[in-house]
Amino acid sequence: MKNTHVKRVDLIFERTECKEVFAKVITMKPDDICQEILESGLKGRGGAGFPTGLKWRFTALEESDEKYVICNADEGEPGTFKDRQILDEVPEKVFCGMAIASRAIGARTGIVYLRGEYKFLLPKLNKALDEFHKLMKEFKHDFEVRIRLGSGAYICGEESALFESIEGKRGEPRNKPPYPTTSGLFSKPTLINNVETLDYCVMIMKYGAQHFQELGTKDSRGSKVFSVSGDTPRAGIYELELGMTVAQFVAEFGDGDTKAVQVGGASGFCVPRKRFDETIIGFEGVPTGGSMKLFNSSRSMYNVLHNYLEFFTEESCGQCTPCRVGCQQLLKGVEAVKKGEKTSKYLDELLKLSRTMKIASKCGLGQSVGNAFSSIVENFKEEIIY
Amino acid sequence: MINLSINGLLVEVPEGTTILEAAKKLNFRIPTLCNHDDLCVAGNCRVCVIEQLGARTLTAACATPVSEGMQILTNSLKVRAARKHIIELLLSEHNADCTKCYKNGKCELQNLANEFSVGDHLFLDLIDLKDYTIDKFSPSIQKDDSKCIRCQRCVRTCEELQGVNALTVAYKGEHQKISTFEDLSMAEVICTSCGQCVNRCPTGALTERTYLDEVWDAILDPEKHVVVQTAPAVRVGLGEELGLDAGNRVTGKMVAALKRLGFNSVLDTDFSADLTIMEEGTELLMRLKKVLVDKDESVALPMTTSCSPGWVKFIEHAFPEYLPNVSTCKSPQQMFGALAKTYFAKVRNLDPKNIVSVSIMPCTAKKYEANRPEMRSSGFKDVDFVLTTRELSRMIRQAGINFNKLEEDKYDSIMGVSTGAGVIFGATGGVMEAALRTAYELVTGREVPFENLNIEPVRGMEGVRKASIMIEDCKPEWKFLEGVELKCVVAHGLVNARKVMQDLKDGKLDVHFIEIMACPGGCLGGGGQPIPTNEEIRRKRAEAIYEEDMSMEYRKSHENPEIVAIYRDFLGEPLGHKSHQLLHTHYKERDRY
Ligand SMILES: Cc1cc2nc3c(=O)[nH]c(=O)nc-3n(C[C@H](O)[C@H](O)[C@H](O)COP(=O)(O)O)c2cc1C
Ligand code: SF4
Ligand code: SF4
Ligand code: SF4
Ligand code: SF4
Ligand code: FES
Repeated sequence: MKNTHVKRVDLIFERTECKEVFAKVITMKPDDICQEILESGLKGRGGAGFPTGLKWRFTALEESDEKYVICNADEGEPGTFKDRQILDEVPEKVFCGMAIASRAIGARTGIVYLRGEYKFLLPKLNKALDEFHKLMKEFKHDFEVRIRLGSGAYICGEESALFESIEGKRGEPRNKPPYPTTSGLFSKPTLINNVETLDYCVMIMKYGAQHFQELGTKDSRGSKVFSVSGDTPRAGIYELELGMTVAQFVAEFGDGDTKAVQVGGASGFCVPRKRFDETIIGFEGVPTGGSMKLFNSSRSMYNVLHNYLEFFTEESCGQCTPCRVGCQQLLKGVEAVKKGEKTSKYLDELLKLSRTMKIASKCGLGQSVGNAFSSIVENFKEEIIY
Repeated sequence: MINLSINGLLVEVPEGTTILEAAKKLNFRIPTLCNHDDLCVAGNCRVCVIEQLGARTLTAACATPVSEGMQILTNSLKVRAARKHIIELLLSEHNADCTKCYKNGKCELQNLANEFSVGDHLFLDLIDLKDYTIDKFSPSIQKDDSKCIRCQRCVRTCEELQGVNALTVAYKGEHQKISTFEDLSMAEVICTSCGQCVNRCPTGALTERTYLDEVWDAILDPEKHVVVQTAPAVRVGLGEELGLDAGNRVTGKMVAALKRLGFNSVLDTDFSADLTIMEEGTELLMRLKKVLVDKDESVALPMTTSCSPGWVKFIEHAFPEYLPNVSTCKSPQQMFGALAKTYFAKVRNLDPKNIVSVSIMPCTAKKYEANRPEMRSSGFKDVDFVLTTRELSRMIRQAGINFNKLEEDKYDSIMGVSTGAGVIFGATGGVMEAALRTAYELVTGREVPFENLNIEPVRGMEGVRKASIMIEDCKPEWKFLEGVELKCVVAHGLVNARKVMQDLKDGKLDVHFIEIMACPGGCLGGGGQPIPTNEEIRRKRAEAIYEEDMSMEYRKSHENPEIVAIYRDFLGEPLGHKSHQLLHTHYKERDRY
């Protein structure tokens, strides 16, 4: 076994001479760049886990007078603050990742969609951006990046709602297809990646796909930045090799009394103690955008669930029926069961409803409400009812 | 072409076809709510979800184009369970008091609930938790948020078809709702009262304000003489509400039904449409004279029509600097109203105090128009109550009249005789065509140079249409028009009106006369017409209008004997003193929110 313990990695925050990396990239054929990223096995770090190299190639293959590279820095998932840290410490790498992408797909405009609350980062980012634009000039690479502040709604982190928001419209997710790679911002082919994804792309171009690929597992290559919070003596940001089990993670970060870990925030899964050993943190097990929240036995899982449901009931954009009304029904439903107004059997109806929400909602938000709901209700039924 | 299978049956359709359309081709109807033929795809209600083999999630049939080799199930267990959940969810948020609801029996949500035999509600009733409001301030439109299913058809209508944007989606999550600027009432915002949103709302959330009870009270009051006028487009729409297909003309039956309902005089707005042509045509010629001969720079050209009150309200809000360009003519409805309590009262020897003037309109904006403070030139409220085509059908049903078996009847006189020119007011381009038939002949002494008087270039469903007519061999008194190419533009749907006005503002439009109708297709697609509506239905109604025109004894407004009589006996001449007093009006600038 490779992963007997949690392995720390230092790629994301590693100081890197972007100039050298870009000097190498600019000599490469665009498709070779896509190929390198593809071979690394990198999957998107924003949550959905789509193979990054494929996404780049799809966008590269589109014919269009205009294409965009967007860095998704909306970071709205509760308990996640890793993108903030990356932008604070190594903003130049994020811009460099965008430049590499622009070279690969043939774009001249980049936009960083920055969470409104991260406005305080602007002076630092603008300074780094000036340097970056100078670098682009040196290489005679026609690529300009703008920073756009987010509107404050969680849903605006969803890629198509993000486009709507940049276009000045209400942040409501679009129908898919078409996907952003064919029709994104202003209906142009658009590459959208998470902050962390773009940083890794720089490191892959620096050290080669092989280096990255050697880390992690078949389905989850490389490493990832985790935001660890909850009942832990070691809250904070950690870059860890992918492929560990929850048990390994808890051994390192738990307080000795961990009864459950919420992997992936509100839209992720709750893993109970009895599953710690068998559950791998990664795309083959429970995927995560980075949030790892530990709960010890003093926590009421009813309260945990209630908080998540309140969050979704507020943050659903409200356009589609399963999500808008479904969230309200799940929330009111568990309240009714708790108060004894509905019998425990009603939870089964709600579980069925959560499955409908998973398959019938329009976007990832409504589709993921059922994750937390079913994993908490199924594993902590007593706590919900009594 | 794309090949796919739906419920095991193979079908071949062009690329870009949605799954919904492909299924229709195989005679599978997939239920829909947010989808509407006239609007862009929303994909938000999720009622149309279907199963695509191999896909992780269900797919919205209305929003998803077919792809090669797709295998679709429209009625699998998974689909049925999800669909039922979705309907249940909508109902749990919905004030489903169907028996008290205006849309009872004509509601898409109710139909779906029926189809899926929703019985005991599965989920908690959320109604009590919501602070729903009913907005009844507008004389035209009623908005009841407790009946709203957030399909956003209204928002898309107001934006895409009307370019008004009076309605928007506000707030998010459980608080998401359809709202106006700062949640003001519909009466206080830029809403034009056109009712297009009402035509497309699947539920009872947006409806016309109804005045049925008031009208019944008047009819059943022996002291009152109730005069009713019927707009041109009503006769080609009403049948749809009473079981006939689109495109049926029911003029004679409608007149018979109105008489049976107990209206004392059944008269025709087409008469005052002819009158409008006399006044507006003359106004156009006078404006041309003042500009071309007198070089009077205070006179505004191009002149626009004014018979669509939704358009008038739109320009008052959106382009007030162009109000001097709007013809001062009242709409046919209001001309009729002013005459009903003066000319008609005098000839029929009635006390105007006892006349109740009712109009049957394809339009909700006419309800608003009748309530404008200017519209009292008879000394009374000129039009007391405005009913839509839909409300009339309801009266007919209430009275138990077997409409389709009725013998055809004729309008009463006076103010009941009309021409084909009056009838075509109901279709986009019709006012233009009617005006040209009269003005051209007035100026040249000859009929318009089009076969059968049918001015085809101004007809059709294109959003903006341009036409011109060369004026030659004028009569001596119109010599100043010799060689002038009279240029016209026709637009329908306010989104097209906005384009035309913007072009005018940008100096990109050089015309003399502009016809604008607020509603898609003109009045025949008005906000008070039968539901559903789509372009095919509107085309059929338009065909019926032009058939009606061809069937008329008189085809030109100035040949209407009752028009000749009213100028001889009462009005004097077009634009004369009496006309000014009764038939013309003025406009005012309005706020932009
Ligand atoms: C409700 C919702 C919120 C999201 N918020 C974010 C976010 O804050 N940051 C982010 O990178 N991706 C977010 N995503 C995922 C994006 O839609 C998109 O998949 C991602 O930005 C793609 O980048 P990646 O391929 O690098 O992961 C969100 C998705 C959903 C459904
Ligand atoms: S799933 Fe939720 S957030 Fe996504 S479109 Fe539907 S209502 Fe909006
Ligand atoms: S809107 Fe439809 S479902 Fe709702 S109360 Fe009215 S008729 Fe019933
Ligand atoms: S009545 Fe017309 S203008 Fe008013 S909200 Fe409806 S569509 Fe918009
Ligand atoms: S008011 Fe009617 S059309 Fe508008 S969202 Fe509600 S139900 Fe749909
Ligand atoms: S009809 Fe397809 S989602 Fe509403």
